[in-house]
Amino acid sequence: MAFFENTKTAIRTLLSRPATILYPVQPAKKTPLSRGHVTIDESRCISCGICQRKCPSQAISINKEAKIWQIDRLRCVVCNSCVDSCPVKCLFMDTQYSSPVTARSIEIINITYVKPPKPENKDEAAV
Amino acid sequence: MTKQIIVPFGPQHPVLPEPIHLDLVLEDERVVDAIPSIGYIHRGFEKLVEKREYTEYVYIAERTCGICSFVHGATFCQGIEQIMNIDIPERAQFLRVIWSEYSRLHSHLLWLGLFADSFGFENLFMNAWRIRERILDVMEQTTGGRVIQGSCKIGGVRKDISNEKLDEMRRDLDSIESEIKDLTSVFLQDDSIKHRLRNVGKLSKEDAYHLGAVGPTARGSGVAIDLRKTGYGAYGKLNFQLVTDSCGDCYGRCAVRAKELFTSIDFIRQSIQKIPDGPIDVKVTGAPNGEFFARAEQPRGELVHYLKGNGTKFLVRSRIRTPTLTNIPPLVRMLQGCELADVPVIVLSIDPCISCTER
Repeated sequence: MAFFENTKTAIRTLLSRPATILYPVQPAKKTPLSRGHVTIDESRCISCGICQRKCPSQAISINKEAKIWQIDRLRCVVCNSCVDSCPVKCLFMDTQYSSPVTARSIEIINITYVKPPKPENKDEAAV
Repeated sequence: MTKQIIVPFGPQHPVLPEPIHLDLVLEDERVVDAIPSIGYIHRGFEKLVEKREYTEYVYIAERTCGICSFVHGATFCQGIEQIMNIDIPERAQFLRVIWSEYSRLHSHLLWLGLFADSFGFENLFMNAWRIRERILDVMEQTTGGRVIQGSCKIGGVRKDISNEKLDEMRRDLDSIESEIKDLTSVFLQDDSIKHRLRNVGKLSKEDAYHLGAVGPTARGSGVAIDLRKTGYGAYGKLNFQLVTDSCGDCYGRCAVRAKELFTSIDFIRQSIQKIPDGPIDVKVTGAPNGEFFARAEQPRGELVHYLKGNGTKFLVRSRIRTPTLTNIPPLVRMLQGCELADVPVIVLSIDPCISCTER
């Protein structure tokens, strides 16, 4: 006969603090690797379009002429593959989730990167 | 002769985490037959394989299931690696085993909780999920995702675990193990639970074998099948004792899963001890040309990914056979002859994962 098998756990739970946290008063647990949402440093993006090609859910699109980088947050599956493949490392993974929305929308970000002018003479550049 | 009536069970039912529909043919309170039907959450994953590059499909394969997601991703990668003859580094193989076993721990704890809830033991449900939260924390610390890890890729893994973190994980396992011991002793010893589960949903060894039961459902009936015994990945370098139970009832299946928690912990300990240093991935070029049946042991049983490529970046066919699909015929057999009040417990005893089943 086995009764009161759960007593040990019950007593321990009574004497310890709650296992849950008081969210949102206390922030949710996050680790440095946590995948929350993708952010971009628009001043460094060279509009190469690799993130758009690597995106498995086709959430990112980029317009080279208009210099626009846009993302549909509700399509994004936060897989980190754009961040891994960005050649200039201008994409980052934020640990916090993107904020809730009431309607579907596309976030549009204007790219402010300006290509540095090529030095006219190679010898001058060396000097 | 008693009049037969049909009682619909599901797709919405308090005990079901996911939608499955059963038409229960009753004679008084006794179930004489059950007619299952699925098709409520079909998402067309197998068709999507033609539209996404095979390297990107890993993320989609992983989203087949929300519980055993890592194993789906790893099995898909295994299949592609076999077609393309890629040898992945040993460290990557061991890391896959570690994450697979953590998935198993979290899946079994989730199931134990849901099962306790199905027979009305809500406190035990909370206790199981509290331990599960510690497992998920480790997952998030090492891969970045709680349930969708996204750490597998073709040719290896995307994230490495540092040796210091591995040590910390090994130390953590000791306290997790003692908590799991307290939890499983309630499931295996408590008289009220035994009374509720004994001789409910009987499945004989022959029926389990002939109806194609897999995983803990088969092992709970005494059929000793486990794909990890075939030694795929790094499993060949680790040794373990296969857990089976001869009862064949709900208690047997519960006991198998409870004991498998310790097998998983043992696997993780062995892997951390034996994991070699070195690279975690190899560069992959080209496209798969050929076909392969990739098989792996999921928390619920044997998982099969059939993949066929034609030398382009897009596969031409993918077929996913999940363990729940093969466990439905044994479930129908278990339901024949049971009481109506036992149906929720029996349905949950096979650990149904319907989203997986419908892909």
